[in-house]
Amino acid sequence: MKILVCVKRVPAPGSKINVTADGQSVDATNLGFTMSPHEECAVEAAAQLVEQHGGDATVLTLGAPEAEEQVRYGVSVGIQRAVLMPTADGEWDPQRTAQAITAAIGELEAADGPFDVILFGNESADSGGFQVGVRVAHALGRPMVNGAKGLTLSDGIAHVEREADAGRETYELPLPAVVGVKEGINLPRYPTMKGRLASKKVEVSSIAPHGDVGGLGKITLRQPPERKSETIILGTGPDAAAAVVDVLEEIGVL
Amino acid sequence: MSGTTLVVVEHDRGTIAPATLEALTAARSLGGSLEALSIGTAADGLTTELADYGVSVVHQVHDDQLADYGPEAWGEVVAQAVRSLSPAIVLATGTDRGNEVLAQAAARLDLPFSANCTEFRPGDRFEMTRVRWGGSLLEDASLTADVKLVTLAHHTVEAVPSDSPGAAATTALTVTLDPSLARSMVKGRVEREAGVTLSTAPVVVGGGRGVGSADGFAPLDALADALGGVVGCSRAVTNNGWRSHTSQVGQTGTRIAPDVYFACGISGAIQHWVGAMASKNIIAINTDRDANMVTKAGYAVIGDLHQVVPAITEEIRRRRG
Ligand SMILES: Cc1cc2nc3c(=O)[nH]c(=O)nc-3n(C[C@H](O)[C@H](O)[C@H](O)COP(=O)(O)OP(=O)(O)OC[C@H]3O[C@@H](n4cnc5c(N)ncnc54)[C@H](O)[C@@H]3O)c2cc1C
Ligand SMILES: Nc1ncnc2c1ncn2[C@@H]1O[C@H](COP(=O)(O)O)[C@@H](O)[C@H]1O
Repeated sequence: MKILVCVKRVPAPGSKINVTADGQSVDATNLGFTMSPHEECAVEAAAQLVEQHGGDATVLTLGAPEAEEQVRYGVSVGIQRAVLMPTADGEWDPQRTAQAITAAIGELEAADGPFDVILFGNESADSGGFQVGVRVAHALGRPMVNGAKGLTLSDGIAHVEREADAGRETYELPLPAVVGVKEGINLPRYPTMKGRLASKKVEVSSIAPHGDVGGLGKITLRQPPERKSETIILGTGPDAAAAVVDVLEEIGVL
Repeated sequence: MSGTTLVVVEHDRGTIAPATLEALTAARSLGGSLEALSIGTAADGLTTELADYGVSVVHQVHDDQLADYGPEAWGEVVAQAVRSLSPAIVLATGTDRGNEVLAQAAARLDLPFSANCTEFRPGDRFEMTRVRWGGSLLEDASLTADVKLVTLAHHTVEAVPSDSPGAAATTALTVTLDPSLARSMVKGRVEREAGVTLSTAPVVVGGGRGVGSADGFAPLDALADALGGVVGCSRAVTNNGWRSHTSQVGQTGTRIAPDVYFACGISGAIQHWVGAMASKNIIAINTDRDANMVTKAGYAVIGDLHQVVPAITEEIRRRRG
C-alpha cells in the first residue's frame, strides 16, 4: 500500500490574526507554524493505513523552504518519506498549487509506482480554498470525496463516511482514490522519541514546483470588523452564582 | 452588470438546503437575470420556492445517475451547464457540498474558483470579499475568468424572498454523464439520532483545558442538563481525548449560535472564538481576568470553574424549588 498526504505550512496565531503592512500575508512575527487540524488528521490516517496494510506513506508540502519543518513533523508521527516543493514567491493560488502538486505526483509515481490513496485536508487553515485536492484528483482522473470522517480500505475500495444533515453518508471509492479528511476522523498521535529521531534523520527530497498563475488573485487581507463589548464582571468565585442566574432569568433561558 | 447568474440548487433528495435560499438572495443583488440549476428529478418540486426567491428560469437536469448526491457527477453537471448556458456567474452554497461541487466544476472547466465569499463587487474587474481562517480574516480578491465560479459563505446573508416574484419557466437541460461517475455517489446512510445538536442548542456549556480532565466535565454536564443544553469544548480538550470532536466549537469544529454560551476554562483563541462569536450572550468563567474570552464576553465570572459551575447549577435548582 502506498499513501501520499499533502499538507500546508501555516502560522499558528493566538487571540488575533495580524496582517503585514502590505496586506499580503499574516504577520508571523513571534508565531510558531503548524498545519490545518484537518491535515494533522490526514497525516494520522496515512500512518494508520500503513500500520494496517503495510507499505509506506509520503508527506508532501509546497511552500517556503521552512515548510521542511512540517514534513519532518509528519515523519515524527509515523510517515516514512518526505517531499518538499520549495517556493520563493509567497503564497501560490490554488490552481497553480494543484498543477504543481499533480506534476510532482506524476514524478513520484513514475519512480516508485502509484499511490493507492492520496489524502488532503478538507480545507487549508489559512486560505480555505476548498479545492486543491479536488483539482489534483480530477487531473489524475481519480475519484475524490471531501469531508471524510471515516476511512477504511478493503478489497480495493476506500470506504468513506461523512457527516451530512440527514446523517452519515457512506461512499465506496475504487482505488486509486483521493480523500479529503476532516478533523475528528481520528485523534492524531504526538511524536514519540523514536519518531523524533526518524524525523531528524529522514532525507527530505526536493521537487521544484512548476505551475501557471491562476485566476484567483489576492488583493489584500484585512481584519473583520470587531465586535466590541464591555465585559460585565458578575463576580469572583462561587459567590457570583446568584448574579449569573439573574442574567439567565433576564435572557429568558430559565 | 448584465449576464446571467446561475445558482446551483443544493438539496438532499429533494429537500432544499437553507443555504440555497441565502445564495438566491445574494444573487438577486448581482444584477442580470437569475436562473437556477436543479440537479435530479427529486428537485423538480422546488420550482415554486425558487420563483419566490426571484428565479426566472429553472434548468432541470434529469439523469438516472442523479438520484442521489455524488460530487463528481454534480460537478460534471455544473461544468456542462456552464458550457451550454454560458452564464456570467455561477453561485453556489458555501457548504460542504456547494464548495465541493464548484471545485469539481472548476477543475473540469479549468477555471478559477473563489470559495466562501461574503460580498461581490461585479465590475470591469470582478472583485469579492471572501473569508479566510474560517472567518477570522477577510480577503479582498479578484477573479479573472470568463465565467466567475463563487460560493456564498453560509450565514452571511439572511434569506429573504423576492418582493416582486414572478413565475419561473422550467426547461430541460440535457447532459451526458459517463457511467464511471457512479464511483463517487453516496452509497448509503446512517440516520442521525434525534435530539438537540451543538449547532442548534439554545444553551451550550463549553469547557476548555481549564477543565483539567475528562471527569472534570461532570459539573458542566450537570449545568447543561439543568438548562436543556449541550456541552461543547475547545480543541485542547479534544486533543487530550477528554471529549469527542463532535463537541468541538471553532474553525475546524462546529459553529454555534445559542442564546447563552458558557465558556469555562477556555482562553478564547481566535480559532475557537470564530465558532462561538455568533452566540447571543457569552458568560466566560476563567481564573484569568485578562483571558481573551473574558475581555470579549458580555459577562464574566473570575474564578475556578470547578467551584463556580456547581454553584450555578445549585442556584438554578434552588430557584426552581
Ligand atoms: C488552524 C487551527 C485551527 C484551530 N481550530 C480550533 C477549533 O476549531 N476550536 C478550538 O477550540 N481551537 C482550535 N484551534 C486551537 C486554538 O488555537 C487553541 O489552541 C485552543 O482553542 C485552546 O484551547 P483552550 O482555550 O481550552 O486552552 P488554553 O488556551 O490553554 O486556555 C485554558 C484557559 O483555562 C483557564 N483556566 C485554567 N484553569 C482554570 C480553572 N480551574 N478555572 C477557570 N479557568 C481556568 C486559563 O486561564 C486559560 O484561559 C485551532 C488552531 C489552529 C492553528
Ligand atoms: N501548498 C500546499 N502544499 C501541500 N498541500 C496543500 C497546499 N495547499 C493546499 N494543500 C492541500 O490541499 C487541501 C485543500 O486546500 P485548499 O484548497 O487551500 O483549501 C489542504 O488541506 C492540503 O491538504
